[in-house]
Amino acid sequence: MREISTQLVEETVCSLFLSACCEIGSDVLGLLNAALDREESPFGREVLRQLIENDELAARRRMPICQDTGMAVIFMEVGQDVHFTGGDINEAIETGVRRAYREGCFRASVLTPLGRVNTKDNTPAIVHTRIVPGDRVTLTAAPKGFGSENMSRLFMLTPSQGVQGVKDAVVEAVRLAGGNPCPPVVVGVGIGGTAEYAMLMAKHSLTRECGEPSPDPELAAMERELLERINCLGIGPQGLGGRTTALAVHIEQMHTHIAGLPVAVNMQCHAARHKTAVI
Amino acid sequence: MVKQIHAPLQPEELASLRAGDSVLLSGTIYTGRDAAHKRMCALIADGQALPFDVRGQVIYYAGPCPAKTGDVIGSCGPTTSSRMDAYSPLLCGLGLIGMIGKGPRGPQVVEAIQRNGGVYFAATGGAGALIAGCVKAVNVIAFDDLGTEAIRELKVENLPLIVAVDAHGGNLYEQGPAQYRRE
Repeated sequence: MREISTQLVEETVCSLFLSACCEIGSDVLGLLNAALDREESPFGREVLRQLIENDELAARRRMPICQDTGMAVIFMEVGQDVHFTGGDINEAIETGVRRAYREGCFRASVLTPLGRVNTKDNTPAIVHTRIVPGDRVTLTAAPKGFGSENMSRLFMLTPSQGVQGVKDAVVEAVRLAGGNPCPPVVVGVGIGGTAEYAMLMAKHSLTRECGEPSPDPELAAMERELLERINCLGIGPQGLGGRTTALAVHIEQMHTHIAGLPVAVNMQCHAARHKTAVI
Repeated sequence: MVKQIHAPLQPEELASLRAGDSVLLSGTIYTGRDAAHKRMCALIADGQALPFDVRGQVIYYAGPCPAKTGDVIGSCGPTTSSRMDAYSPLLCGLGLIGMIGKGPRGPQVVEAIQRNGGVYFAATGGAGALIAGCVKAVNVIAFDDLGTEAIRELKVENLPLIVAVDAHGGNLYEQGPAQYRRE
């Protein structure tokens, strides 16, 4: 049994969001630079240049990369030998988020869905918790903007549609999204499970280093194929036309039911923000 | 070549704009996004006055971050314009000239732009920190209770934009992708 204070969790959540909203990862910056080298469209190149300049400026000035500092999504893996001390773990996470959004001058974008009443501190967070072996806690902060979130889709395919149906669904989701989700995008895909689990996998896949292939060779091959097909759509940076519609496709899979083939697509804009800490 | 233009746009300046033009916009524009549009259209439906006269003006679909101490404004990039498609034809009909946002517009907005002689500019989505540097003054003029979604008057200098939809049938969101699509 290892004791971890909820105060430490709060501090960690706060510092992860402060960093994630202002400092784009070297993974994304590397992919943007590589895309700039390849992009043929003059508008596409201009947009990519602006994005790289913006990301560097944001990190230097500790400003948010994008004014949409998102809903605060957190993936938390808790070792089964951990005992949280010092208060309510859920409250600690909310306080960490609240502090980060206030201290960072991040936008308060969270409101009640029907009455549209803003909570003014960007809480509540969306927390996905998993119990794992060991005595550590892994926290990943992934602020999620809604320009791209709005373009996410769930396809409940039938088994007859098979692998080809899965591939076509993903490409179709990106095509229908067009210039809306702030391309170049990272396409998160969850295949199998249940309806809600497929989308959770799609979301979780976005916490992988951008462009790192799936450890599963079959999925890695599908990621490469889909990235190529998506970049033939012509949508391009910001939808103004070009070769760079997506920076990466990330896929996760899970067993499913004999009657089904769920495919979830969670769209992520080029501000693919995610920071992880292990306590 | 990059054109320098000024808001509010003069008729001859507006008439010269074509989809695919890169421009640097200076002058006065107004922020307004989902909630502000909804309120404005409710005011119109009730026959009440809008918080500012939209005739000849440019609306920027943006909800900025709070300003850090010493800054004019926080990150301030465009939001997805298609969510405003439900409201834009009404505002264009009242004389709104320009819209700034990101992403394609629906056919009803493209048609309203052509019918009323307007223009839709694309700003770079996700370049919020860069765009904040173009904002020289900010003044909340309406719906302060909406927080980031309040209507703000912005004084901007050299805001980099691309003319995406013009009044003459040009639409970069159709022409651009068609040029680079590969079967």
